[in-house]
Amino acid sequence: MARDPVLTFTEEGIYCPAGDFHIDPWRPVPRALITHGHSDHARPGMGRYLATRAAAPVIRHRLGDVALKTIEYGETRRIGGATVSYHPAGHVPGSAQIRVEVGGEVWVVSGDYKTVDDGLSEPFEPVPCHAFITECTFGLPVFKWTAPDILAAQINDWWAANAAQGRISILGAYALGKAQRLLRLLETGIGPVFTHGAIENTNEVLRAQGITLPDTTRVTADFDRKAHPGALILATPSGLSGPWAAKFGPDRSTAFASGWMALRGVRRRRAADRGFIVSDHADWEGLNSAIRATGAERVFVTHGYTSVFRRWLEEQGLEAHIVSTEYEGESLETAEDAA
Amino acid sequence: MKDFAELFTRVDQTTRTSRKVAALTAFFQSASDADKLWCIALFSGRRPRRVITATVLREWAAEQAGIPLWLFEEAYPVVGDLAETISLVLPPPSREEDRPLSDWIAHLRTLSAQDDAARKVGILAAWDVLPDIERFLFTKLLTGGFRVGVSQKLMTRALAQATGIDEAELTHRLMGDWTPDTVTWTSLIEAPDPTAALSRPYPFYLAYQLEKTEEIEPVSDWFAERKWDGIRGQLIVREGEHHLWSRGEELMTDRFPEFATLKDFLPDGTVIDGEVLAFADDAPLPFAALQKRIGRKTVPRKLLSEAPAILMAYDLLEQDGTDIRAQPFDVRRAALARIIGSLPDGLPLRLSPEVVARDLEGLTAERALSRDLGAEGLMLKRRSAPYLAGRKKGDWWKWKVDPLTIDAVMIYAQAGHGRRANLFTDFTFAVRDGDDLVPFTKAYSGLTDAEFRQITAWVRKNTLQRFGPVRQVRPEHVFEIAFEGIQSSTRHKSGVALRFPRMARWRQDKPVAEANTLRDLHEMLTQYGS
Ligand SMILES: [Zn+2]
Ligand SMILES: [Zn+2]
Repeated sequence: MARDPVLTFTEEGIYCPAGDFHIDPWRPVPRALITHGHSDHARPGMGRYLATRAAAPVIRHRLGDVALKTIEYGETRRIGGATVSYHPAGHVPGSAQIRVEVGGEVWVVSGDYKTVDDGLSEPFEPVPCHAFITECTFGLPVFKWTAPDILAAQINDWWAANAAQGRISILGAYALGKAQRLLRLLETGIGPVFTHGAIENTNEVLRAQGITLPDTTRVTADFDRKAHPGALILATPSGLSGPWAAKFGPDRSTAFASGWMALRGVRRRRAADRGFIVSDHADWEGLNSAIRATGAERVFVTHGYTSVFRRWLEEQGLEAHIVSTEYEGESLETAEDAA
Repeated sequence: MKDFAELFTRVDQTTRTSRKVAALTAFFQSASDADKLWCIALFSGRRPRRVITATVLREWAAEQAGIPLWLFEEAYPVVGDLAETISLVLPPPSREEDRPLSDWIAHLRTLSAQDDAARKVGILAAWDVLPDIERFLFTKLLTGGFRVGVSQKLMTRALAQATGIDEAELTHRLMGDWTPDTVTWTSLIEAPDPTAALSRPYPFYLAYQLEKTEEIEPVSDWFAERKWDGIRGQLIVREGEHHLWSRGEELMTDRFPEFATLKDFLPDGTVIDGEVLAFADDAPLPFAALQKRIGRKTVPRKLLSEAPAILMAYDLLEQDGTDIRAQPFDVRRAALARIIGSLPDGLPLRLSPEVVARDLEGLTAERALSRDLGAEGLMLKRRSAPYLAGRKKGDWWKWKVDPLTIDAVMIYAQAGHGRRANLFTDFTFAVRDGDDLVPFTKAYSGLTDAEFRQITAWVRKNTLQRFGPVRQVRPEHVFEIAFEGIQSSTRHKSGVALRFPRMARWRQDKPVAEANTLRDLHEMLTQYGS
């Protein structure tokens, strides 16, 4: 009799028959292994959850009092006929790739990941495996991220130039991960830093688990822009373009931080004054080097430019498949917490 | 080129006019004369000629990037711009070189005289020392496709701020068929030579659509005429030569050889603003007739007799060599009527007839006749107003008839280009024919950004099939398509072609079963078509 594959792709999500659990499922299931706290990966309604200790606080903050157990990076756990362990994915604090081994065959679900060290998340570690399940949100050779030191200089220069003119700077970024990563790049000597409520809530959760972040102040309804002429406001993507931003004065300068800012068309479409090219997902080179480093012969691509990326991988001599999932990648237009 | 790249970035990314002007002013205050001249040239559509074909360029870029050509081709529609795709896939520069804009343009112009092998060396070498935006701009210039989101008006405003020269005067100096090779910064901007300007047109005065009829009361203050559906043109007769300019500042003299006779009859120093129309038997021919002549540099005899052109004269801008734009419309019009009245019959120049109406009701009734007369609507000009430059509100209004509309079903979607590369904005629409859907037009514009985002999300979830960048979608959504004209066409399966189609409304209230039919479309063709 043919043996079941280590992981299968079902209506509910990625499933392990030997261990009878799902990974990042999008429909309610009894047992869910969660790679990280973004809303397209950690969804409500699961019977039991398992995530890393560092990912747990955000998941609790977002999903409430759920049955959540934690695991350390590198710790192995036996679930049914499968051996499971979590490894850093470098995506956001606590994010993990999940390694599943059944009868000597190893599969890795990468969740979302990036290979560059953002100074905030536990850096990505390649995990050798037979089959690798990867996203490819930015799976085209036009996506190349700005080096961290140059990025920091670009953002601080922009902020300082605005501050010198008494202009408020508003920087748009996702509430979990991107916002905190940018916070740690800021030269706080330039001026005070304020945050949108959704970002400050996440900051509080992360600070409580011991992650150091610069001092920030929540923007309140009575924010007085005259009192803080050189301030930087960290906003959510929707806050950036919505009426919320109006309180920072007509002369404000807006910037948006996303991998999509690599494209001039998208930069212009956002109608922000600046676009900074930064993502918590892997760029073209990152995807390719991560896949190479696993040594996997089979690759499953879940979301992004899947058909192009599959063809590319096949030309590199790999066996590649597309599986359809409900993960969202780095979206410009939809729910801002998913990424 | 760093300073020009910085200017381009600042202008390209902000939507605020004041910041665009500030960036341009800063550039004009600091750049060299040669760079300033090229900047004006590029921002007024005077691009250097294409050096190399896009096909070759993308092959070299893919090769240099170490990716297969098919992968480059897949990335291109996502980026939406060839030069940008090239500059993104290439490896980072091995070292950086900051040469002035005019230097790089000189470099690419020497390339055009060389053979392919030498061009390749020259282009790869340039790519290897230019980072990001500079590389993108250089490649844009290579492909002859440089465009930027700044109107000539804004550029002129910045130039006025940087030089202290009056904006209207600068607008006039920048018109005409100069190139950076025929002028210098000094001769164009600072000390223009009056004899060099014989062919130079005046800036066109353009009208906004009338929104509130109170604007044109009392009606007695206003002159009304038809808004003819042709090509707006300016005819210049100076020192025995004639020149015909389009509104887009394109010289059309050779395309309409019939106007050559006018230079023998019109006095020297005459400039007339009018509409070029295909015209026969005392009536304008449909725009389609004129369209046949637009794309051609020279005109075969047959076309000259099938679609003879006239200039329907609206206004007189120069009389006996004197600029009379500051005079009231009534005075200019009377002078125009005198000139045309003194000409012999049979010349291709007519006076646009006045539409006389006692009150608003009378005007409304006249406007309703427009489509039957082959006109787009009425033009209203304040009798006491001077001839201004550019699009201005208050003294001139166009009062177009309402567009024709049809409710159609969206069946294909394609991502936009440039700033809309991330959204589905280009759609194909169909009418019903029994159980079939017959495609009949494409449309790109008319929806709000929020609607484009909404339809994009829907397209992603409702794709039935992909054909390259085109997606066939579930036929579920009905849109009201507005258009200005309809004509029969053998190239389209539907048998019709529309003029200026756009999405007037997303009819989320309408089911597909209530969309219009092929028969409705053909009825419109019979009623309004040509
Ligand atoms: Zn994520
Ligand atoms: Zn995700």
